[in-house]
Amino acid sequence: MSAPGVQVGTERVPETTSRRRMLPRVLLAIAGLLFLLSLVRVITGANDIASAGTISATLGLAVPIAMAGLGGLWAERAGVVNIGLEGMMILGTFGAGWAGYQWGAWAGVITGLLLGGVGGLIHAIATVTFGVDHIVSGVAINILGLGATQYLAAVAFEGVPGGGSTQSPSVPDLPAVTVPGVADGLGTIADKQWFFISDVAAALRALTNNVSVLTIIAVVLIIGTYLILWRTAFGLRLRSCGENPAAAETLGVNVYKYKYIAVLVSGSMAGLGGAFLAIVASSSYRDGQTGGRGFIGLAAMIFGNWRPGGLAAGAGLFGYTDALRLRSGGTSVHALLLVLVFLMVVIAAWQIYRRQPLIRPVITGGFAALILVWFLLTDVVPADFTGMTPYVATLLVLALASQRLRMPAADGLVYRRGEAG
Amino acid sequence: MNGRIRAALISLAAPVLAITFSIVVTSLILVATGDPLGLTWQTVIEVGLRPRSIAQILNLGTIYYLSALAVAIGFRMNLFNIGVDGQYRVAAFAAAMVAGNLSLPFPLSIVLAVIVAGLTGGLWAGIAGYLKVKRGVNEVISTIMLNAIATGLVAFLLRQFGEARGNDITTPVIAEGSRAPGIDLIPGSTEPVNSLIVLAILAGITYWVVLNRTRFGFRLRATGRSQGAAVASGIDVKRMVIISMLLSGGMAGMVGLPLVFGESYSYGLTFPGGLGFTGIAVALLGRNHPIGVAFGALLFAYLEVAANPLQIVADVSPEIITIMQGVIVLAVVISYELVRRYRVRDEQQRVARALAAGEAIETTGSPGEPTPPREPERTSA
Repeated sequence: MSAPGVQVGTERVPETTSRRRMLPRVLLAIAGLLFLLSLVRVITGANDIASAGTISATLGLAVPIAMAGLGGLWAERAGVVNIGLEGMMILGTFGAGWAGYQWGAWAGVITGLLLGGVGGLIHAIATVTFGVDHIVSGVAINILGLGATQYLAAVAFEGVPGGGSTQSPSVPDLPAVTVPGVADGLGTIADKQWFFISDVAAALRALTNNVSVLTIIAVVLIIGTYLILWRTAFGLRLRSCGENPAAAETLGVNVYKYKYIAVLVSGSMAGLGGAFLAIVASSSYRDGQTGGRGFIGLAAMIFGNWRPGGLAAGAGLFGYTDALRLRSGGTSVHALLLVLVFLMVVIAAWQIYRRQPLIRPVITGGFAALILVWFLLTDVVPADFTGMTPYVATLLVLALASQRLRMPAADGLVYRRGEAG
Repeated sequence: MNGRIRAALISLAAPVLAITFSIVVTSLILVATGDPLGLTWQTVIEVGLRPRSIAQILNLGTIYYLSALAVAIGFRMNLFNIGVDGQYRVAAFAAAMVAGNLSLPFPLSIVLAVIVAGLTGGLWAGIAGYLKVKRGVNEVISTIMLNAIATGLVAFLLRQFGEARGNDITTPVIAEGSRAPGIDLIPGSTEPVNSLIVLAILAGITYWVVLNRTRFGFRLRATGRSQGAAVASGIDVKRMVIISMLLSGGMAGMVGLPLVFGESYSYGLTFPGGLGFTGIAVALLGRNHPIGVAFGALLFAYLEVAANPLQIVADVSPEIITIMQGVIVLAVVISYELVRRYRVRDEQQRVARALAAGEAIETTGSPGEPTPPREPERTSA
């Protein structure tokens, strides 16, 4: 066998083993997190940090972020940075509101998806065909998406009963799924406030009770994205455009076509996230509904190292901090400080174990001590700070781990056909 | 045709093309939604030329100009400072707090405000610079996060140290004597021109001198053009990143000052946001050149001011102008790219013709503009 073939083989071996280990690892991580949360819950008495209500709110808040992140993932895996996700998402909320109140929720979902796709198409034309800087085009699309939506909303919803220039009439809800016979039993266990067992029950209850169809679709899309991009020839070609478009072109891959497909899917995903906001999270289009979730989705994707599983975890984290803020605000986030202290102690221990320079565990430990002092001296975290939590978390994660992250090699670079020469 | 005139015509073609294109697109949208086409444009033109509007345009243009310069400093070095928004809000809060509490007399109050706002904005941007250099965090993402954090931080500080006024919480109102006086520059206008327009002009001149006439400016532009060449010639790129982030943030700090000292006389929860994003669009429109950016700022300010009465006069939603601004930005960058490609092809054809004719090739490019400036390309994180 030739050398490259051997390399492919050696690469494949560790990946299959890691895949086999992945599910237990993920389950272990989730269990560990739940354990930590229930420990903190028992210590602080902040019962809401692991309640079924919080977890189902987390799910609802995480879905739009995950959809935006998934949009970012598709585009960036093909080498196109998409900072216009926010604008595409806004288009999605409008599409969902406009079609939703007239022809039902599903029409709203489809229209939101399509309008997001239109935003993606503009981005693709600008960046792929005309070779415009990706960030510049994205910024323009954010301006355009917002302006177009506000203008069209004034045209479409003014004078309609229940609507106005900043709001659409209400949209019928999508069906929700409940696994029969499970919810009540789990609810009883969750209410007992037993250590750990109640928390597991609460989590299971949230995942089986009254889950929107669109949430399920979102989960399917995340898994589907992984399968398409990493397990098919199509996905390999698409990713090759993000890693080394010149090499891809010499192998006969139509780079422009794949980039177009990727950015179109990207916009559609963001549009779907917008539709979720308009139909499931609330029941109509409202001006300013996205609230920067397109940007947070982008952050979740980077947080997740340009991988679907990682971005789902990132979206979950942001959804969770958001849920705490909305439900009980200061007290829960205050309890979260203790979680942070525990995590930092674990990190410091790991740093000592790995024999890293002594200064690092000292710094980590110092921060842990400071946060512990903050925790002990106060009862609540001010409301303005709780709103900052997802952003601070992202910045911290990036500051601590960005050297470990690896983005697609040709991400954000303008590619002109024929450069392969 | 003379090479120099030809080059000038071609470079003028791009913005003209873009603005024409955006007018066409906007008109199509107006027609498609059944809004009055003629009345809309008539209103935009008539209102924009009133004396009072001109004063308003100059005042708004001042703010856009400062914001765009802040973005442009980063652009020249291939840094994308999306965080101007957060930087000016933090800086305006600090400056308003200091001015409200100290009550210094007019010119002194502004000098102090410039220092305070410059330092605060610079430090806030410096966080992103530090994270990029030391931790490899892409500045686009970190500044987006810092924008959101700035919102929360300023709101918190206002609640701690501000005073309630109606539904708003603001910094102490700046004393009469500390405010920036208005100048009656436009005859017939009821609204004076904010005297801090001088600050914008000074900022523009400083920007040009520092970038084009100092060693630092040369290094900054060199790093922006080719990082590899810059490193090879001994430029400390990490240091340049930190310094230019500090400068960009310092300039961003100026953005809120005309509002604080000329309009609201305090910083409150309702202080306008999003000026940083307009700055990005204006910087792109003006190609980071101090004069070009001034035109861009005035154009955007004109559109903004002219859009205000659209709802009343023509019953058209003023957001049509936001669409137009977005289309202009996109069309401008696309047409610059098209013009660049046309130029390259044009050059190649001329060389080919000359070679075919067996002539010696003479260089026809104008000395002032050796190569068309490229769009800022993203530096990898």
